[in-house]
Formats: sequence, C-alpha cells, structure tokens
Amino acid sequence: MSGKRWVVWLPLCAFGVIVAVVMWGLYLPADRTVHSAMVGKPLPAFTLPPIVPGKPGLSDKDFRQGKPRLLNVFASWCIPCIAEAPQLMTLKAAGVPIDAVAIRDTGPAITGFLRRNGDPYARIGDDATSRLQLALGSSGVPETFVIDGRGVIRMQHVGDIRPEDVARLQQALAEAEVGAE
Amino acid sequence: MRKFVLALALIAAPVMAQRPPAALAYTQLPDPAQEAEARALMATLRCLVCQGQSIADSDADMAGDMRALVRQRIAGGERPDEVRQWLIARYGDYVTFDPPVGGTTWPLWVAPIVLLGLGMLVARASFRRR
Repeated sequence: MSGKRWVVWLPLCAFGVIVAVVMWGLYLPADRTVHSAMVGKPLPAFTLPPIVPGKPGLSDKDFRQGKPRLLNVFASWCIPCIAEAPQLMTLKAAGVPIDAVAIRDTGPAITGFLRRNGDPYARIGDDATSRLQLALGSSGVPETFVIDGRGVIRMQHVGDIRPEDVARLQQALAEAEVGAE
Repeated sequence: MRKFVLALALIAAPVMAQRPPAALAYTQLPDPAQEAEARALMATLRCLVCQGQSIADSDADMAGDMRALVRQRIAGGERPDEVRQWLIARYGDYVTFDPPVGGTTWPLWVAPIVLLGLGMLVARASFRRR
C-alpha cells in the first residue's frame, strides 16, 4: 500500500498542469490577426469596374503581365488607410506598381481621399459588396497583397503599412520577381 | 459658423462615403427552405471583424456582405457545406464555429471520451474497495 502513496498526488499534479496551461494562454499576448489562406495560390478571377473618372478598373488579368505588383485593399472611410498613404507614396516613388480595390466606397469620396492623401494607384477597382475582399481571404482594411507576374499571391500584409514595413514589402516584391521567372 | 459647418461636414464625410448594404445582407431569400439553410449556415460562420460573433448576429458591414454572399450562393444552388468550404479555403478553419476534425482539433472530440473512460475506471476501483 505504501508503495502507491505517490498516486494520491497525481490528480493535484494534473490540476497544476491545467492551471499552468490556462495561465500561459491568459498572459500570452493575443494575436487576433486573421491570415489569408490564399497566400501561395493564384488570384481568383475577377473584374471590377472603375470607381473614379480617368482611372481604369481592375481585373485579375492586370496581374498576369510578368511584373510583380502590389494590390492594396483600402477605403476612403478607413482611418489607418490615411496613415499608410505616405508609405504607399514612397513605394510608388521607388517604382513599385500599385493597384487598389476600394471597399464599399463611392467615387466622390475616393476622389477626395486621393486629393488629400496622394494617389499611388495605377488602377482602382470598385468592390461595393466586398466580393473581391472575401475571395482574397482579406478580413479588413487596409491590407496589402504582393502578387507576382503570374498572378500568384506571394504575401499578405495585414493592417496599415508602417515606415518599417516598406523594406519588407520591397524584399517580397524582389523575391516575387525572381520566383516567377 | 461656416467653420462649424465645415467641421461637421468633415466629420460626416466618412459616413457619406459608405455605400448602402449589399442587397441580400438584410433581406431574406424568397424561398423559405433556402432561407432556412442560409440562416443555419450563417449562425456557424464567424464574423471576421467582430470575431466573437457569428455573421448572423453581427451588424458589421463586412458581416452583411458575408450574409449576402451566403444567400447568393445558396440561391444559386450551392449546398451549405460547399459555401463553408469556399470560406475555409480563404480564411482557414477560423471562419467556422463548427471546426472540422483535423490535425490540431481531434483532441476536442477525443478528450471527453478519454476523460469519461478514466472517470469510470476510477469510480469502479473506488467502489470495489468498499
């Protein structure tokens, strides 16, 4: 009997392990970012009409022309989109082609947004009911996708592009250029 | 006064930028059977901006667009499970409140059975001792 004394402590040990796991989960900083499962897959087929005069709409064919591009998911009603605008202008100045999809937005609002914050976009597609956003696995604005020259999604950046993110995006673009050849 | 009106207009500008919700976000399908299927599916899909809520419970714009997508696909003849799989292919298992049995989720199904078995063994042993 005395040989089995230690067995008495097993339930307490098990309880201790459970408490440790729960505490660990509680104190771990929570990451609520929803990552797209479409990274590494081709862009879904889509055709979006233009939203502002003088700027073409957007389709998946625009991303299959041999050069990597950025696809920026944005909206004029989105505050972090204002915060990332200078970084997009920096990327444009560095020669990066950037297309955009405007989520649940209107032409006049976009025109005003581009006048206030600069216009880094070659094309802007009008996604009035989040159709393309859902097809991309994007869960909010702003988000930015790196698309290689064959239309394959190579990277997703969730949230606004901070100054420290610019180099990472440029590196992903450079890798996309090499990978697509 | 003009400055005040201008300030008001600036505050209201983001609101005016919003489009009206998608056609089927707040409108039921004409076919009650399809609507019931769509409803049941919506209750098990996670709203991606509010995360703790299903798209059936959420008033977020994106949840409305997801409801419209579900209703359109159901009305187009897709099975609820096909719509769920379409979303899982884009957002991962996170998007469904009814996670499929897989590499990381099998303990959820196995653990209760194992614990019940252990409990029965312990109970049997302690009754026998008396």
